[in-house]
Amino acid sequence: MSTLTKQDTFSSLLESAPKTFEAARALAKESYLVQGIPASKAEEYKFTNIGKKLEQNISKFTAAQTFDVAGELVKSSIFEGFEGDVLVFSNGKFQPNLSSKIEGVEVSLISEKTDLALGSIAKPEKDAFAALNQASFEDGIFISVPKKAQIAKPILLLSFNQANEGQVIQPRVWIEAGDFAEVTFIDHSISLGDTAYFVNKVVELKGGINTQLSYYRLQNEGKNAIEVSSIESDIQKDARFTSVNISLSGDLVRNNLSLNLLGSNSEGNMFGIFLLNGKTHVDNHTNVDHTIPHAESHELYKGILADQSRGVFNGKIFVRQDAQKTNAFQQNNNILLSEDAIINTKPQLEIWADDVKCSHGCTVGQLDEEALFYLQARGIDKMQAKGLLLYAFAGEVLEKIQEESFRNYCDTLVQERLGSKF
Amino acid sequence: MLSIKNLHASIEGTEILRGINLEVKAGEVHAIMGPNGSGKSTLASVLAGREEYEVTEGEVIFKGKNLLDLAPEDRAREGVFLAFQYPVEIPGVSSTNFLRTAVNQVREYRGLEALDAVKFLTLMKEKMKLVEIDQKLLSRSLNEGFSGGEKKRNEIFQMAMLDPSLSILDETDSGLDIDALRIVSNGVNQLKSDKNATIVVTHYQRLLDYIVPDYVHVLYKGRIVKSGTKELAMELEEKGYDWIKEEVDSAATV
Repeated sequence: MSTLTKQDTFSSLLESAPKTFEAARALAKESYLVQGIPASKAEEYKFTNIGKKLEQNISKFTAAQTFDVAGELVKSSIFEGFEGDVLVFSNGKFQPNLSSKIEGVEVSLISEKTDLALGSIAKPEKDAFAALNQASFEDGIFISVPKKAQIAKPILLLSFNQANEGQVIQPRVWIEAGDFAEVTFIDHSISLGDTAYFVNKVVELKGGINTQLSYYRLQNEGKNAIEVSSIESDIQKDARFTSVNISLSGDLVRNNLSLNLLGSNSEGNMFGIFLLNGKTHVDNHTNVDHTIPHAESHELYKGILADQSRGVFNGKIFVRQDAQKTNAFQQNNNILLSEDAIINTKPQLEIWADDVKCSHGCTVGQLDEEALFYLQARGIDKMQAKGLLLYAFAGEVLEKIQEESFRNYCDTLVQERLGSKF
Repeated sequence: MLSIKNLHASIEGTEILRGINLEVKAGEVHAIMGPNGSGKSTLASVLAGREEYEVTEGEVIFKGKNLLDLAPEDRAREGVFLAFQYPVEIPGVSSTNFLRTAVNQVREYRGLEALDAVKFLTLMKEKMKLVEIDQKLLSRSLNEGFSGGEKKRNEIFQMAMLDPSLSILDETDSGLDIDALRIVSNGVNQLKSDKNATIVVTHYQRLLDYIVPDYVHVLYKGRIVKSGTKELAMELEEKGYDWIKEEVDSAATV
């Protein structure tokens, strides 16, 4: 893998790493130094030249400190109609005093869980940024849902980011759910300011057998922010995991999402929308690994790109030799609204088993002119007709969100965007 | 109501309409017939404002306004309605929401207040009866998975909801079985009044048994080459279009 000069990469950040999880950090640091920050020739970062973006600050990057988040701000940031519990983060660090106590769920700082197998799901050797996070994050959150617990109300992970150029926010999240547990998380980060800070996030999710886990995420980063995240989940027998990812802004955003289907009759779902304008660049790299028979995965990502925005979709599905009777479906559809918008899409299917049902596909197109004319011919204003069609396009993903208040909130954001900007 | 003078239109440089003249008054039903490729659907599309067609000459005055200056949505708001030959399936847009948006935008343009949910539903229920359309159909996405007949009925249902003064039915009869044809025609006939007008574009005379025209025009090579009454349609049914083609083509070579 091609890299930038190794000795400079995030040196000050690595030097100031805390003394917790020493073995895991040492391992990750080594892995990070081997991989280096991917440059433009790195296959996995081919269309997302993040090295160049980070280059000017790379040797002097420091960790962003926490700042005081006002209780009023927390209150006003919660979606209308939301009735669940809220966990608050300031520049990636958990703020227990601003967060709810969740009945029946264990929540603590990750540093208190000294025997945690950090990096056993999001392995540092798979991605340089995941390695960097593991080597140098300050502290994170540990959430454990006990066996058979049904957490009826969703848990909102509300992050406030406010940092300067050259500062790094490194959230680290560990979520585990015991057998038969059911729980939904909403990950929402709010940017306070337009500076070019860097977020490097890792979320590891470990579900037991027959768990029902949902992880919804709304990315609305500041327009100059750079963000990389690695979210990875192990999915056991009879369990279901659903991810919905909505990306609306940021300068450069890279999402790595990986699902490991480890037990039969497990199900992994990955849904996403990216609604881009200006010069925003969003790259969704997803990975589904079918290792056992009788599991299924469903994936649908949709992109609407305006102005000079750029989208990347890379979806990998692996069906291992043992994974007979796999059902794996993947789709990526995109609408380009301007001549300058670019999408690079690459659905990728690798199958070693011989008795499987798999499909993948992608489309890139413009708005359907015939449909537009049909709506106009009924008296609907052209702009509004466009909005209606784009909203219908995005709606197929939005409707995957089961939590009503969050769905309504996203719905409004999407409609506002489609009505005003496009 | 509608006055078309020397209308020429082309698509991608090919001239399709070569000087159409047509006068339509309130209360009248005009049938436009003609062989395939004669420009019938082009005429309907140009009147509704489809952008692919370029009008190169002539004018269209609708209720005193230059129709060709108006955007498609404004033509609809002024009272032009095109029943599509191929109604478009639009997944994700619910029929009901679409129609409510359309009805209220048209009403706003005409200076009427927007209908609230209750009034809208009442109006919808009333108009649904006209074309015997099922409520279940309207809770689905617009035209998605509708049969051919259901799509055409939905067109006439939309027409009833939007209350146009000029309705243009583009091959609304093609592909319909007799029952569906009867339902669709019945809807159109009930909506007819002395204040509105209808242009029926069709290849076949069959539809005109149900929607009886006051005038029949034959379009060939982008011009109206013959006009008459409903008897002309009968003659075309009996003799086909060849005799008209011959008449026109031989006149042209003289």
